[in-house]
Amino acid sequence: MREFVELYMQLDSTTSILAKERALRIYFSTASPADSAWATYFLAGGNPKRLVKTSILRKLVNLSTTLPSWLFEESYESVGDLAETIALLLPLTPMGTTDSLHEWMKNSLLPLRVIPSEHQAEYLLSLLQKLDSTGKFVCLKIITGSFRVGVSRLTVIKALAALAEIDEKIVAQRIVGLVGINHIPTANDFLTLIQPIDATNNINQTGLPFPFFLAHTIPYDVSEMPEQLGLSQDWITEWKWDGIRAQIVKRGGEIWIWSRGEELITERFPEIANMREHLPDGAVLDGELVVWSNDKPQSFAMLQQRIGRLKLTSKLLKEVPVIFIAYDILEWQGLDLRQETLLKRKDLLNGFINANPIPGLKISPILFADSWQKLSEYRGESRQRGVEGLILKHKFSQYGIGRTKEVGIWWKWKIDPFTIDAVLIYAQRGHGRRASLYTDFTFALWDKPKSEPDRKLLPFAKAYSGLTDAELREADQLIRKSTLERFGPVTTLEPTQVFEIGFEGIARSKRHKSGISVRFPRILRWRKDKSIYEANTLMDLQSFLPH
Amino acid sequence: MRADIIELRPEGLYCTAGDFYIDPWQPVPMAIITHAHSDHARRGCEKYLSNTLAKNVLYKRLGNITLQTIDYGEIIRHRGVRVSLYPAGHILGSAQVKIEYRGETWVVSGDYKVENDNIHQSFEPIQCDTFITESTFGLPIYRWQPQSVIQAQINNWWKDNASQNRTSILFCYALGKAQRLLSLLDCSIGPIVAHGAIEPINQIYRETGVALPQTYMVTQITDKVALEKALVLAPPSASRTNWLKRFGHFSDAFASGWMQIRGRRRIKSIDRGFVLSDHADWAGLLSAIRETNADRIIVTHGYSEIFARYLNEQGFDAQTFSTKFGENHENDDSPLDHSIET
Repeated sequence: MREFVELYMQLDSTTSILAKERALRIYFSTASPADSAWATYFLAGGNPKRLVKTSILRKLVNLSTTLPSWLFEESYESVGDLAETIALLLPLTPMGTTDSLHEWMKNSLLPLRVIPSEHQAEYLLSLLQKLDSTGKFVCLKIITGSFRVGVSRLTVIKALAALAEIDEKIVAQRIVGLVGINHIPTANDFLTLIQPIDATNNINQTGLPFPFFLAHTIPYDVSEMPEQLGLSQDWITEWKWDGIRAQIVKRGGEIWIWSRGEELITERFPEIANMREHLPDGAVLDGELVVWSNDKPQSFAMLQQRIGRLKLTSKLLKEVPVIFIAYDILEWQGLDLRQETLLKRKDLLNGFINANPIPGLKISPILFADSWQKLSEYRGESRQRGVEGLILKHKFSQYGIGRTKEVGIWWKWKIDPFTIDAVLIYAQRGHGRRASLYTDFTFALWDKPKSEPDRKLLPFAKAYSGLTDAELREADQLIRKSTLERFGPVTTLEPTQVFEIGFEGIARSKRHKSGISVRFPRILRWRKDKSIYEANTLMDLQSFLPH
Repeated sequence: MRADIIELRPEGLYCTAGDFYIDPWQPVPMAIITHAHSDHARRGCEKYLSNTLAKNVLYKRLGNITLQTIDYGEIIRHRGVRVSLYPAGHILGSAQVKIEYRGETWVVSGDYKVENDNIHQSFEPIQCDTFITESTFGLPIYRWQPQSVIQAQINNWWKDNASQNRTSILFCYALGKAQRLLSLLDCSIGPIVAHGAIEPINQIYRETGVALPQTYMVTQITDKVALEKALVLAPPSASRTNWLKRFGHFSDAFASGWMQIRGRRRIKSIDRGFVLSDHADWAGLLSAIRETNADRIIVTHGYSEIFARYLNEQGFDAQTFSTKFGENHENDDSPLDHSIET
């Protein structure tokens, strides 16, 4: 545990990625495989099934201090992180354990699950008393299942690949197994993760997907594109579908559907799982799950019904039919194609699907344009076509990992959002690094036009991001001055400020007070030039609804 | 019931019998200043009174003011009110104001810390009936380690950076904290550079008789290697400015009580946070209050409502005054948790 806490401190005491990678390499080259397995698991985002309930954690402070519980809650609100708050409040003790990370997990933390809940707090307290304050924090972060220390999974992958001298892409694919499955990481898992590649293990025998390659928001204006991106003909342009990004993996007679969050969603989409009959083994397709009816894509809100419902009824399957729009092929006949050019991958994909049409599978069409201007016109059609804009991929690009830019970049060129001017009415503090500031805002629109006498402000959306740090601080000061009342974490404000809110999609909703839900609402601008009486109305918002 | 000796007025804390204010936030005829930080010492008053040690800092900050100074423990009488000043341990010349009138004693403590830092006169508990206190760090999560522990952390960080030819940039408030840090640094590691906003205050400390190690302006160090071994003291406002660009490869850190919270450090994107404050921590506030033997406590700034509620539960008669201390100033451990950039 001491070494892992030391590693945590090193990772946490620098903002340099190189320094973090170095600290990881040193740790992995000295730690035992069993410790490394757990360290990889936590650093790469693995979450053990919840070990104890939060209420047990709160009890710890009661057991070991005389602080009233309201004071604990105030402290928590100020810190914004439960594990950290508790670590800061428990009495100080020196590091008293010599257990290594895997011993600590096996002997101390995992037994928590079998201890009756009435004894858990006392047991946990006796464990924490063997750790110093950083150790307590690390241990509590493991327990609360949110062990994030400013290291991305990619950084861990890079360190491991460098250590094992194998391709990062292989490590990235193997790590999905170590982190994702609901079991206890073992020394063997770690050895498998870093074992050299030979003929028997380079082809994935399991249902694991490849790490998704993600698009970046295009930073250029259309006028800059010729200079920045070259000829439009060198880019493969497609619609940006508004669905769930997914990979279909077909191996050994079985099929798996993975979402971008590396969640297995096969059961949610039986009509897609049926493709196991049509796809050959050793094939992985990358694409988008989209609700498709009347010959066009339907809104994301509809797709959400398919994810949200506990039971998939045949009625739902009929009313909300989902198809898979394929835009890439990552494995074919058991071979990893990610280092081939996109042009070649597209040829393979088209060749196979055109020769063997599969129900529920469409190929994402390529938009042909001889100029950036023409593409810009396509983009203008996005909203009526029910897509989010365009995606540009260089024809010679390879398939990278996450947001890497070394082997090719995917650019997303989204449509401009809907915008509306709304009034700030509630505020709530953020979490983590923004725990000290009010960062979560609720916005309202007028329920009647300006001419009506007794109109009210009706909340319509919550927005988190979009302000600079300086603006956030200014807003924060203002909020403190215009507070009317506080109800739990929510502060009600005297309405004085207008913000321009942008959002991507809009749909009718029974769950929202305004009768409308908007997708990805965010703050675009602070309209200091507008009074609250000039803010928009609910009718203005309704006018955006599709007819 | 007798009238309170000090009341809250729109201009600031006001002593009716003596007709003077303490740390007023608006111009008034007569102001007693607890210390020279900008939220306590403001321009525009006709007359000022402070501790002798604060004199030169106040002149530097407020310009040509009419200032009377008295030593710690010296008593002056003014309209039947006895006024005296006692060390608050916060910064150079920081003082608690003791006011005695008709057998009753009130103490206004300004900002204070209870640990002796070796360069400022230590906080002295004063017996009183009513104690007016800050609560900048008035939550139990604020728990300081001894100065020597933080000193070792800072010097180890510097040593490690120097061994890797990486300049160490240590952000800190210019008045008080910078000089305290200077007194803690191990000069054998490398040269110490002081930013232009800090060096004039170092000079004032030295003139007042506080021994501080030698500091250089950045332009005085022309040797590139020497600069890589250097520790640079700079105010938080210098972060992300062109001034920093000259240092090339560096590691940065911030020394403040707020660094106790991980999120506060992360929002600033700095490598290290050293938890070193010139305010009392939770235990320090409580011990300071107990040692005054006061029954009545008035909390002026910080986590005022929370702290007063806790004191009431502990049997004190506690209330809050809504003051403008801790707001929007550049040079202090800003008490309000939202002013983290200042």
